[in-house]
Order: sequence, then structure tokens, then C-alpha cells
Amino acid sequence: MKLLHADTAATQPQDLQTLVLANDADPRTLTLDGVVRIDLHFPSFTDGRAHSQAFLLRRRLGYQGEIRATGDVLVDQLPLLSRNGFDAAVLRADQDLAVAERQLARFKSHYQGDAVVPRPRFVQAA
Amino acid sequence: MYQYTDFDRQFVRLRAEQYRDQLERHLAGQLGNEEFRPLRLQNGWYVQRHAPMLRVAVPYGELSSAQVRVLAKIAREYDQPGNEVFQGAIAAQNKLGDIQLRDGKAIGSRLTTGYAHFTTRQNVQFNWIPLDKSADVMDLLATVGMHGIQTSGNCIRNITSDALAGIAVDEVADPRPFAEILRQWSTLHPEFAFLPRKFKIAITGAREDRAAIAWHDVGLQLLRNAEGTLGFKVLVGGGMGRTPVIATTIREFLPCDQILNYTEAVVRVYNRWGRRDNKYKARIKILVKAEGQRYIDEVEEEFRQIVERDGAPHTITAAEFERVSANFVPPTLTCDRKSADAKIAHILKAAAEDDVEFGRWLQRNVSAHKNPDLRAVTLSFKRLGQSPGDATAAQLDAVAELAERYSGGEVRVTHQQNLVLPWVRCDQLAELWREARHLGLAKPNIGLLTDMIACPGGDFCDLANARSLPLAEAITARYQDLDELHDLGEIDLHISGCINSCGHHHSGHIGILGVDKDGKEWYQVTVGGSDGKILSGDPVPGKVIGPSFSAHEVPDVIEALLDTYRAQRQDGEHFIDTLRRVGSDPFKQAGQQARHDTGHEAATA
Repeated sequence: MKLLHADTAATQPQDLQTLVLANDADPRTLTLDGVVRIDLHFPSFTDGRAHSQAFLLRRRLGYQGEIRATGDVLVDQLPLLSRNGFDAAVLRADQDLAVAERQLARFKSHYQGDAVVPRPRFVQAA
Repeated sequence: MYQYTDFDRQFVRLRAEQYRDQLERHLAGQLGNEEFRPLRLQNGWYVQRHAPMLRVAVPYGELSSAQVRVLAKIAREYDQPGNEVFQGAIAAQNKLGDIQLRDGKAIGSRLTTGYAHFTTRQNVQFNWIPLDKSADVMDLLATVGMHGIQTSGNCIRNITSDALAGIAVDEVADPRPFAEILRQWSTLHPEFAFLPRKFKIAITGAREDRAAIAWHDVGLQLLRNAEGTLGFKVLVGGGMGRTPVIATTIREFLPCDQILNYTEAVVRVYNRWGRRDNKYKARIKILVKAEGQRYIDEVEEEFRQIVERDGAPHTITAAEFERVSANFVPPTLTCDRKSADAKIAHILKAAAEDDVEFGRWLQRNVSAHKNPDLRAVTLSFKRLGQSPGDATAAQLDAVAELAERYSGGEVRVTHQQNLVLPWVRCDQLAELWREARHLGLAKPNIGLLTDMIACPGGDFCDLANARSLPLAEAITARYQDLDELHDLGEIDLHISGCINSCGHHHSGHIGILGVDKDGKEWYQVTVGGSDGKILSGDPVPGKVIGPSFSAHEVPDVIEALLDTYRAQRQDGEHFIDTLRRVGSDPFKQAGQQARHDTGHEAATA
């Protein structure tokens, strides 16, 4: 997962191939042809709507480009983000990259499937 | 019961490690209160009125004796506030004053330490553990596969079930394998960790609903269709709180192997559509009410896409179902029923006192079992001197021992805040009764008035408007006569200290709700609520009987309601039957007449 720091990352979309999505939008209504980056926004880290958007983009729609988390993005949410199909996150300015890496490394596998590993553990193990 | 695999054990250890990392950053000032809060909540850590509170997950209520011993150790060694915290708490509670009873006695707050509390969602809580020891407690819990994962926070909470799951005589199928599979699926679900609001699932496999499923965000009932295929009736959008709602059936029959895929659809639509602008309108019940059929259609469409486009990845395989089910094979226990009958008869013929008490215990605390050689025994944690559902460290240790000697090492927390020993041999009932009585856990009051549900209320909880526990004690003290209690018969008395309804007042035949007026404690009384079990009838919230009462009046109001029932009842009628037959008016009048003449200001002075 690409971790970007708020004060170094260009948080503004740079070209027409980037899509910025409000967190109440249904990604299934979009045309994704030619889109290489989609920014999903967390107005607060406790607002989980963008998690479902990412899942739908990555898993349901098979979108292959970058999915970037923006807004109130904290290190403790990174394990969720990466499993839901985000592959880039712009961390809030006060977040510590070393702590972030530690959170991402902790759990090696999970019970349920997700956007990246679609099948649950009980099917993988079988 | 379910035996943890290496993976399960390691998972819980990693969770404890993750929590320690978060706690240390918080204590070092690197993780602010607002950011730490949802993280600690999703591990069961609240910060309450006087001290932190820990809610330990007990998946569908099942505990091993080894786990009970660790809970005892936590009660003994960690549920101990510093002197300053404790003295501050006592001073704060004393300011709330005593409840003055008619007989001149007064009941106030009585804060105790070193104990565990059983909740209506089959979990276990501790009230006094200092936050800086919280990670140590999580490590200790992890040694026996326990944790506080998702016992709070806006996520899928610990899943509850019938306390008689797998042993009830009216069961269609054992719900525990499905409850366990759902537990695993919902544990650290990455997409559903920050829902609009908390999300509670209850599951039953019996014909009678003993799990109050219609009062949950999702209620699941196992049944067989005409072809004999096992499936679920799926209810969505029930809940208590300030807007009590009975869940809507959105699927009459869902093949049982689709339950994870379908629940994913239910929760995904809620995560996308649920309101986040107002926490009182954020539960799924509000969404289901507001959107009605549109919500149901969207769930069905989402389910279709999960199956057709995603390939139904969480379809429960036969192999997984068998693997999990193998954990729930009943222990092979038999008994000599002739000798059991002889022993029981011997006690019943012995001293008159034993005769009556043992007979009542057999009637109230002993339930039928799928295995005719076995019985389920409820240990009553409703007795004078201890709050409903409270157990000391010594009592927990004693329960662990009883479970080992009489119940295959297993005990269950019930929705009514008691413990059940699920595997008791008939020929050991007499010995178990003697020991339980010695421990003060054989009160033959299960299902009766004093077997009341009460939340911790204003003695501990930061949300409460009023205290629950002194009222519970006042009513328990007034109804100590077992003859009277048995004559009053089965009745659900539920007490909540605030509208969040943790004491399930909405579903009580009599409900008491703490409300705040001008900073004083007042109580609204309702009658006619139902949790959905056969005795109570179709689930429905109770109706308020009038303006709220002062704490001093409440015991007299309850007495007036019970006296009205006794005056009006016909042969064999329970309280709830009489209430339904004659209507609530006579009860309302009786309640109003029980108001004190002294006036409210005088009464609360």
C-alpha cells in the first residue's frame, strides 16, 4: 500500500484521469473508462461509507486503477483500507509512517474474504 | 462448545497486541481521546461515570469453566479501583440520595468491587479496571481465547442466541454452528467496522423465540421449508432505544448456506444508506422504516449481485459446516433414571423445608432437555444483597467448579442475566441443588418477579438518567416471600436507567425507565411489553401508564400493578394475560393511585 503524507502528497487530482468521488455516490453509476485513479473521501475516519465504495469498485466492478483514501485517514484504519481495495492513502499530517507500517504488518490473514482476497479462510483452507 | 484452533488463538493474541499498541500510543499522548475512543470501544472498553468499563465478549453466551476462572481472576485482581477513584465514586453516588421506602427503610447506592456482571446480550462486564491495566487484562483473556472484540462501537456486535441452544426440546436445528460461523465472518470485517451505528444480531433455532430476535437489528430464526431444507427467516430493523421498533421480516426463507452472503447485503446497504447526521436516527430500524420496500428491494438486488457477480464467495460449504458443527456434539452423558427418581423422591419426602424449596427449584430452575437423561439448570443471580446479574470472584470460581462437576465443564450466560448449566445428569440434580443452595445460587425464582432484568444504570453508567439498582433492590426486598412470589407467577420486570434501553424496559410486562427531570431521578412505568416468547406473546413495546414517578413511589406503583392483577385475574392467568384481557386502564388507575400524597417535591427532597 502506497502511503502518502498529507503535506508532501499532491492531494489535488492532477488530470482528467482522476475521479474524485463524494462518499454518498454509488460507484456503479460511473463510467470508469480511462480512469486511472479514484479518490475516496473520509470526512471523518468514523464515517465508513468509502469502505463500501472501495469494495464495490475493486471487487464488483473489477476496477484496476488506483483507489486513494483522502481526508481523515489515520494509521489505525490502514488495515481496513488495504483489505477493502484501497492501494494508496494520504495520511493526515500528524500521522507517523513507522506506526502505519506496523499496523499494516500485524494480521497476516483473516476470517472473511475481502476485496483483495475474495474467498473466506474456510474456503482457502479447504 | 466451539474449540479454538491455532488460528483462532493466534488471532485473539494479535488483537490483544494491537490493542496494547493503541493503548500505549494513547497513554504516551500520541493518540488523542477522539481517535482512541472507537478503537477502545471495539475492544470493549468504555469510560464510564467513575472508571473504565470492560465488556468481555461471550459468543452466544457459552463459557468454559477455564474461561469462568479467568473472569474470576479478573474480578479479584483487576476489578479494583484505586482508593481515590472509589471514594470519589461513593461521594458522587451519595449525592443522589436514598430511596425512602414506605416501611421507613432507605436504599441508596451500594458500590461494590471485585465482581463481574452478566448482561442481557450474554456478555460479561467489569466496572472498575483502571485503563492503564487494560492491555494486561486483554492478554489474560487471550490465554483462554477471550477478548472484547466488537462488544461496543458502530460495528457488528457479539452475536446472541437462545441460552438453551442445542438442548431445547422445541429446537428445529442447533443455531450454534451458524452463530459461530457468523461470529468468525463478522470478526474484524474490514468493510463494516465503521457503520452508522451499532449492529446487533440474534439467532435462534427453536420454535419459541427466547432470544428476542424481533428486537434486534437482524433476527434470524432457523426453520425447515416444505421440502425439509434448513433455512432462515430473516428479520431486519428491530430495536429499542427512544424509538422502539419490531423488526420487519424481509425473507421468509433463505437457504441456510447463504446466510453470510445475505447478511453482507443487508449490512452493505445499511452502510451506504444509513443516516450519519443524527445518532438517534442512525440505527437500521430508522432506515427500514423510512425506506420500507425500497430498502428490501435494494438488499435483494445486492444479494443477487453478490451471488451472480461476486460468485457468492461466503457460501457456507458442507465441509466448513461439518467442521464447526463437530464442536457442538453433545457430551455423551447418561444416567440411571431409576436412581434419579429415587433420589428426588427421597428429598421431597425429607424435611418439610427442603420438600417445598427443592420442589420449587425443580419447577422453576430446571428445564427439559433434548436428552431425556439430562436437564438444564439455571443458577439464579437474582437475590437480595447483590444486584441482578452480579457475581463475585468467589462465586465465579464456585460456578467453574459446579460446571466441571455437573455440566461437562460448560456454562452459559442467559439473556435474563443468569447462568445456565446445560448438561446436568438427572441423578445429580439433588447434589447440585444442595451445593448451589449453599452458594446462594439456588433461589427458585427463575421467570418470576424477582428474576428481573436491570442495567447498571446511574450507579455506573455515564449515559444513565437514573439509577436502576436501588429500585431493583427495593422491589426484590419487598417480594422475598416465596409463596407470594410463586403466587404472582411468571412476569417480566425490566428496568433501564435511560432510554438507551439496556435493561429492555420496552419488552417487560412491566417496564421501568429512568428519566431525568431538573437533574432528579424520575421513572416512567410501562405495561404490556413483550420480548416475543410464548408467555409474552407477539413482540410489542409496553405502554406508558402515566406521568413519571419519583423513585420513592416506584415500589408502591409496582405493588399496585401486581395487586390489580391479583384482584382481576381468572384461573391460571399470568400477569400479561390479565393485562391483555382487561386492558391497561385498571393498571393505569392503580398506578396513579399509588402516587404519594406528599407531592413530588417533598418526596424528592
